[in-house]
Amino acid sequence: MMEFKAEFIQSSNHPIRFDETKCIGCHRCAEACQVDVMIGFEKGKPPVVMYPGECWYCGACVMECPVEGAIRFRHPLMNQTKFVEVKQ
Amino acid sequence: MKEYRWPYANELNEKEYRKTDVLVLGGGVAGCFAAIAAAERGKNVILVEKGSVIHSGAAGTGFDHWESACTNPCSKVTPEEITKAYVDEQDHYSNGIAHYIECREGYDRLADLERFGGKIRDTEDEFAGAEFRDEETKLLFAYDYANKFTLRVWGSTFKPALLRQLKKLNVTLLERTEATALLTEDTPEGRRGTGAVCMNVRTGKIEVISAKTTVLAMSRPARIWLYNPDMTGLSEFRPPQCIGSGHAMGYRAGVEFTMMEKSVRGEFSAAGRSIPPYSTGNNHNTWYAATMVDARGVEIPYLDRDGNELKTVSERYYPAKGQKFFLKGGVIDEPKYEYRGPETMPFDELMKRGYRLPFYADLSRMPESERKAIWGLMVGEEGKTKIPVYGNLTERGFDPEKHMLQSYGTGWQSASFLDQERQLFGAPGGIITDWDLKTNLDGIYACGDQLFAMDCAGAACATGYYAGRKAAEASDTIEFFTPDEAFVENEIRRLYAPLYVEDGMDWRELNSAVSKLMQNYCGGVKCDDLLKEGLDLLNHYRKTAVPQLSAKNPHELMRTHEVLDIMDVAEMILHACLMRKSSSKPLCFERSDSDQTDPAEDQRFITIRTVNGVVTEGSIPLDYFNDPKTEYEKRNRNYIEDRK
Ligand SMILES: Cc1cc2nc3c(=O)[nH]c(=O)nc-3n(C[C@H](O)[C@H](O)[C@H](O)COP(=O)(O)OP(=O)(O)OC[C@H]3O[C@@H](n4cnc5c(N)ncnc54)[C@H](O)[C@@H]3O)c2cc1C
Repeated sequence: MMEFKAEFIQSSNHPIRFDETKCIGCHRCAEACQVDVMIGFEKGKPPVVMYPGECWYCGACVMECPVEGAIRFRHPLMNQTKFVEVKQ
Repeated sequence: MKEYRWPYANELNEKEYRKTDVLVLGGGVAGCFAAIAAAERGKNVILVEKGSVIHSGAAGTGFDHWESACTNPCSKVTPEEITKAYVDEQDHYSNGIAHYIECREGYDRLADLERFGGKIRDTEDEFAGAEFRDEETKLLFAYDYANKFTLRVWGSTFKPALLRQLKKLNVTLLERTEATALLTEDTPEGRRGTGAVCMNVRTGKIEVISAKTTVLAMSRPARIWLYNPDMTGLSEFRPPQCIGSGHAMGYRAGVEFTMMEKSVRGEFSAAGRSIPPYSTGNNHNTWYAATMVDARGVEIPYLDRDGNELKTVSERYYPAKGQKFFLKGGVIDEPKYEYRGPETMPFDELMKRGYRLPFYADLSRMPESERKAIWGLMVGEEGKTKIPVYGNLTERGFDPEKHMLQSYGTGWQSASFLDQERQLFGAPGGIITDWDLKTNLDGIYACGDQLFAMDCAGAACATGYYAGRKAAEASDTIEFFTPDEAFVENEIRRLYAPLYVEDGMDWRELNSAVSKLMQNYCGGVKCDDLLKEGLDLLNHYRKTAVPQLSAKNPHELMRTHEVLDIMDVAEMILHACLMRKSSSKPLCFERSDSDQTDPAEDQRFITIRTVNGVVTEGSIPLDYFNDPKTEYEKRNRNYIEDRK
């Protein structure tokens, strides 16, 4: 029978990173992701972001995460909106 | 390259046959409501969703505006008025049926969402006393505070609430499963839909589902012109899951589409071309009516439709003297005079008067309730904003009382695109139906953004429920058909083929080629010669590139199938463009080989479908849906009675 392989696909951006000291490895983030960018290999450990380039940046993973701060969500640098102090 | 063993079961070549009364394809808000409507009527229902229902679809993480809720207890407008306004506003290239259903039943769906546990009113009195709040019902309104037909809602609570209700009603959920082909049967009365073939995108398992009726709710195409292989997920405004598979399988099966020649210059995309939606200073949609200032901090004037300057923030939310109501929202850009609401001074005029770039949204100058409504409620409940915008900017130190947020481009687009960088956006083409939301094929219904000229979540919920209700009713009189084994085997061969190609072509390469093809041959200005050249090249790719496509697992296979569907949609668009012989303003369709724009004989819906594989043109008059109230009431007596 044919064997499936998962291959990490590089992208220039890193939408999601896990804080391994906080993540409890429940993989609710991976299950909530409609794009299926993450794969949870081992319960208790953070999932692997296998397809970072496919991320839609919707934040559903963080919304479902039971531990605050376990997932760090970051837009690509070019997509960080600029703000300044008000002038009046 | 780092390689891992595939963690999910390998179910290649496993096939399960199922039977159901009603089959719903796509589990966004439209599909969820379709499944709920059918299940409430006691039907067996299967819902197939490519992602996971809890947050799938364009509205998966929320939406903040519920438009055209004309029957809410505070509304001062009728469904007939707003439907007519939309149809007029879109020069009759509009879906009068779907708009009327939205206007007439939308608020019923919102009430359903509340019943399922979603939040639709200010129960905590966070906005007590605000001008946009009705103190009795605690409903919050946006845009036109006099007429109160657009609601501000807590959309992030909706998908989880729908999921709970689906489970409560025992709907069979097939998640992580892509629908790939419609099953059909040619009967003496014509072709009918009899179910679908699907594939699990983690295990490769095939599902062959026979259904009495099928509801299509897979949204609309994307990645046709705009594609970024490094950031596929940011290629377009809509989720990367939604690329028009529903259109592609419908086209292959013979479902009729219209307005597929319409495309607009890119407005919303993020792949390096725009800043994330709703995260920029602007005064549209979610951000209406933010106070805008220029680089010096000088306030940008708001004008009424006659050019009179408005002095207060409050005045931005009321119709002009003598105007009944105004339109704002997702598809409304620069409305006709009759429906035009307050707006900031036109960009060119601002430049002439010496206003300096960049502009900013400065919420600190707004009354507290308006500031909190925009920053915290709207930005927070709007799709892709709770974490990506509200969370992200707050984390970076943004405080709406102290900071102003930069604006990019001249409006809400937050980017600028070239003419050939096009999108199906702003009420694009899709499936055309009758008053039951039934397609030209018996047994197949459509709803939400898969319908032509749709755009909004409230409309998706309302048409979803309506299509589910009609599909359930129709299923009473229909028998199952046995799936055509040869067709199923062929489909499985097509689906699995890339697994057997080693060192072949990656799906990204083909997607890039197709979008470049569409930019080159179906760009801002069209002509027959170029369109035909485009079809020729597409055929060449089918013969030479498609057999080389290679995938290593079901996930990559799913992405590869998406590109095959994108090719079918591109083909449909090229043919639809060839069918329209003159330019058309409302359809954003320009031809260099015709000197006519919207001649009387071409003011009609041109339709496209395949008949036994042959591309076939049709024609339907613009106002084919007749008088909405009469037609609706003729067909929905039971619903109207039940609601009393
Ligand atoms: C960021 C954002 C903000 C928005 N804000 C608003 C707003 O404030 N107000 C408003 O009215 N509208 C808003 N919209 C538009 C609104 O979200 C959509 O009109 C609405 O979600 C359409 O519903 P739908 O069910 O037709 O499509 P979707 O919600 O997109 O659902 C389609 C579903 O089909 C699934 N699917 C696709 N292909 C397949 C397949 N082959 N097999 C199985 N499943 C498949 C997808 O995974 C998806 O779950 C917004 C859209 C976006 C992107």
